[in-house]
Amino acid sequence: MTFDEILNIPPYSLGKTEKEKLLTERLAELNKLHQENCPEYRRMMEAIDFDAQKIKSYADLPYLPVRLFKELELKSVPQEDVVKTMTSSGTTGQAVSKIYLDRATSSNQQKTMVKIVSDFTGSSRMPMIIIDCPSVVKNRAMFSARGAGILGFSIFGSKKIYALDDDMKLDVEGVRNFLDQYQGQRILLFGFTFMIWQHFYKELLRLKEEGVTFDLSNGILIHGGGWKKLISEAVSHDEFHQKLKAVCGLEHIHDYYGMVEQTGCIYMECECGHLHASIFSDVIVRRPIDFSEADIGEPGIIQVVSTIPESYPGHSLLTEDEGVIEGIDDCPCGRKGKYFKINGRLKNAEIRGCSDTYATKF
Amino acid sequence: MSNIEKYNNAFIETFEITEDQLAGLKYQDIAAWDSVGHMGLIAALEDAFDIMMDTDDIIDLSSYEKGKEILAKDEYGVEF
Ligand SMILES: [Zn+2]
Repeated sequence: MTFDEILNIPPYSLGKTEKEKLLTERLAELNKLHQENCPEYRRMMEAIDFDAQKIKSYADLPYLPVRLFKELELKSVPQEDVVKTMTSSGTTGQAVSKIYLDRATSSNQQKTMVKIVSDFTGSSRMPMIIIDCPSVVKNRAMFSARGAGILGFSIFGSKKIYALDDDMKLDVEGVRNFLDQYQGQRILLFGFTFMIWQHFYKELLRLKEEGVTFDLSNGILIHGGGWKKLISEAVSHDEFHQKLKAVCGLEHIHDYYGMVEQTGCIYMECECGHLHASIFSDVIVRRPIDFSEADIGEPGIIQVVSTIPESYPGHSLLTEDEGVIEGIDDCPCGRKGKYFKINGRLKNAEIRGCSDTYATKF
Repeated sequence: MSNIEKYNNAFIETFEITEDQLAGLKYQDIAAWDSVGHMGLIAALEDAFDIMMDTDDIIDLSSYEKGKEILAKDEYGVEF
């Protein structure tokens, strides 16, 4: 099965059985592809006596701990075919993941993202306010997770403006002029959760106290990157929504979950507040005790699978996040597939535990 | 300026290249035509012809020649 065939299927149209069939076929093919083309991956599969014959479902496929991409340079294409290298956003001193993309994988990431996001925003492009600073996309050879996110979403912007300058100050006049120019049109806003809170919301609040207000009731905000930095600020999901609405009238807000190791396959939050898996990928929640699959409603470690990666063996990964499946195929928004929520990051000791447990399999 | 001149200029100015490099030029062939450069090219073409391209067409525009084909479609109506 080629990726182009999958791209022709509407992203939330397959029920559990059909989706399982599609994912099992495609992911087993990717497993074979990476065994053939990535020597390190082949050795790992040999070490666990991987037997493709025993795979009945994509849930039976092995998964690599996501941090392995920090330790090894894993690629399934020759270096000369690599057109883009993406890195995870590690804090200073921390190792970062390196993800190698060739033409096909890079292009499929963008196509997938367009299919997924269009299901929420419609396919027409809109004037776009990027709530970040322009320097994030300056280093073009090495993309950070933030740069990759901004660039991926930029395709939805007809005209674009960065709302922050390189000192992270809100460009009040620039944003004002932009909103005046596109008055009455739907405006797309994009940014990272923490940046929006810290450098956008707080500044809007301060300006409001001075009598300067912005009307973003025509806006649709997509934000990602997680809530963990906001925990110290004690901001909940609901509060984030309420306060943004109060300060600038912004009502349409979609969170998304995703990671640089599986760019393109993002999980968008629907109108009912659920993160949805599209047909291009899936989440499996595993019990920390024995890595068996958890039931609906039972929290565990998140595994993610993606049908995209051909240039690096990242099609099945065990993340360091804890989450819970809330349901399958029956969200009131009408989208099929699993819907879930992320509880947060696993504690360091737990992550080490998981990696060690996993490592002992080799 | 003729349409072909406008079209060529968008590539030449965005990627800082010369006219003789245009024929056969493909996405990712030169460092300047990466994913950042690509969005710059789209903006330049949209300004030059006063059009708004579909997301699918933005993705499909993978070579100098393919771009002409896309812009010649009915919805953009650019004649070369
Ligand atoms: Zn839903």
